[in-house]
Amino acid sequence: MTESPVTPPDLECRDIVRDFGDTRAVDHVSFDVPPGSFFSILGPSGCGKTTLMRMIAGFQPPSAGDILIKGRSVLDVPPNRRPVNMVFQHLALFPMMSVAENIGYGLRRQGLGRSERDEKITAVLDRIGLPGTGDRRIDQLSGGQKQRIAIARCMVMEPDVLLLDEPLGALDLKLREHMKVELKALQAAFDTTFVYITHDQGEALVMSDRIAVMNAGRFEQIGTGPELYHAPATGFVAGFVGDSNRWTATVETRAGDGGTIRTAEGLTCSVASLPDAPGGQVTAFLRPESISLGDTGASGDGRNRFDATVDTVYFNGANSHLRLTVDGTAAQLDAALPQTGAFQSVRAGDRIAVSWGADKLVCFPDAGN
Amino acid sequence: MSARLSLWLLMLPVLLWLGLLIILPHIDMFFVSLRTRVGVGEYEYGLANYAAFFTEPLYLRTFARTAIMSVLATALTLVIAFPVAYFIAKVARGRWQGVLFLFCLVPFWVSELVRTFGWMILLRETGVFSSVLQWAGLADGPVEMLYNDAAMMVGLVYTSMLFMVVPLVTTLQSLDDSLVEAGYDLGGNGFTVFREIILPHAVPGIVSGSIVVFMLSLGNYLTPTMLGGKDSLWFTEMIYSQFIVRFNWELGAAFGFLLLALSSFIVWAALKLSGQTLEKTLG
Repeated sequence: MTESPVTPPDLECRDIVRDFGDTRAVDHVSFDVPPGSFFSILGPSGCGKTTLMRMIAGFQPPSAGDILIKGRSVLDVPPNRRPVNMVFQHLALFPMMSVAENIGYGLRRQGLGRSERDEKITAVLDRIGLPGTGDRRIDQLSGGQKQRIAIARCMVMEPDVLLLDEPLGALDLKLREHMKVELKALQAAFDTTFVYITHDQGEALVMSDRIAVMNAGRFEQIGTGPELYHAPATGFVAGFVGDSNRWTATVETRAGDGGTIRTAEGLTCSVASLPDAPGGQVTAFLRPESISLGDTGASGDGRNRFDATVDTVYFNGANSHLRLTVDGTAAQLDAALPQTGAFQSVRAGDRIAVSWGADKLVCFPDAGN
Repeated sequence: MSARLSLWLLMLPVLLWLGLLIILPHIDMFFVSLRTRVGVGEYEYGLANYAAFFTEPLYLRTFARTAIMSVLATALTLVIAFPVAYFIAKVARGRWQGVLFLFCLVPFWVSELVRTFGWMILLRETGVFSSVLQWAGLADGPVEMLYNDAAMMVGLVYTSMLFMVVPLVTTLQSLDDSLVEAGYDLGGNGFTVFREIILPHAVPGIVSGSIVVFMLSLGNYLTPTMLGGKDSLWFTEMIYSQFIVRFNWELGAAFGFLLLALSSFIVWAALKLSGQTLEKTLG
């Protein structure tokens, strides 16, 4: 963290709670976003992330807690006076106005004169790479252009924080991939704090400096992409971020931090670190790329080694994987299939040796989810 | 071949309807309006009936009054119906939306005559309002509120409400809530959001509602007759009296055509002023 005590975070939420009748949509959420960073809130639909964002924008008051922008509480500031702007899920560009009028709407509200407005509109259109489009109607723009106009319409207001509510959701896959990179570049160019909510882990991992994983109204973990991926704090994070093989298992033996577990399918493996698990029930996660194929190394180094049969080969370029069944058990697992040439001849029905390190198997007390 | 035939068969009812009930009577009326009776069974053709209209100040004044009052009634209906429609479309949720909409519809289950009579019960000298005012000590004697322009205007607006509310609710329902929120988010207040976002979006509904309400008011006969007094002449009353009372079908037909020209002109002017086209409003 580079933040010093003299510069307060751009956005800080303290213990935010939001109730709708008997349901608690947001449950004691606290976080802060340092200036100029890209912060994502990642969670499945219905986890409360949109409610949280609407509270930051000012469309809903929190039931409890405080929201601070640049160190000042904004709870009694109405949405039209908050130094926060929002890019809506469906962008909410005004169809009755031209591109320039859309961008100029906020500037007119600030009471800027015509020449000053035109200057700013031209500047921001240049900046997002759409110069000379000011006279276009909104329905003449492509999906990606609308996206950029919606961001420009907010950025021209020079907000302290820009909120983005799943703005890539409506785009097709190819454009979404492209816009991910572009959004990150725009954030760097404007040097503004972005708070981005999404249910798409790919978007969050690619763009964010830090990510909060949200589930059932709570933050499960806040961290960088690699932290969430390699060191998930909860079973939910392990299951939600990235692909995993997932088993319910019982602790068989304990030795120091680690021990061995036996999955419901009959697979017994050693684990480097076991949590305290009442009743000995755990959920174990193993990344497909942690599984080494064709390993014939000596036993006794603590690695889990099994012989397996290939059920199916799923070819998908760099994301190819194998579905295997471990011999003598009902345990199925997905293993990444490296496209380096060594395993090009693998076919369904082949026998193959698999192994993974005891530290690659991550276990959490079984929470029943 | 058969496709073309079935198309014509499908269009037949509407063609018959237009031809027999709209076009044929109008052609006949047009010819009637051009002739003047000079003797028993003797007619002369010319513009004498139209000339009579333009030379008689009472006709001209009633004509202008009807037009102005209809425009006024349309404007009043719009001002009252807009908040109602906005509430139904955007504020009310779930079942309330349907219930409120039904409330707007309920008055139309009874005949226009009964509805207008309802206003007479309220407004007449011995009516509800008059009695309440006397009981509250605000009036010394019975107050007559019927038979004036204000009473007539109330009746016209009341009769037209539904026809303004329905198109407004439809257009306002198609307004994405996030557009309104974006309007506030970018620094707008209630007034600017209304003027720059809600109102421009609602223009097609406003125009189509206004056209219907204006036509209904202009062609209304019952309300001006029952609620308006002797001083509140309506042009339709003049047409009625020419046809039925004076038995002067020729002048009545000319009046009918002038009313048609007037409503066409005002609707055209309103479309031009609001920058709308008939296709856009109806589509």
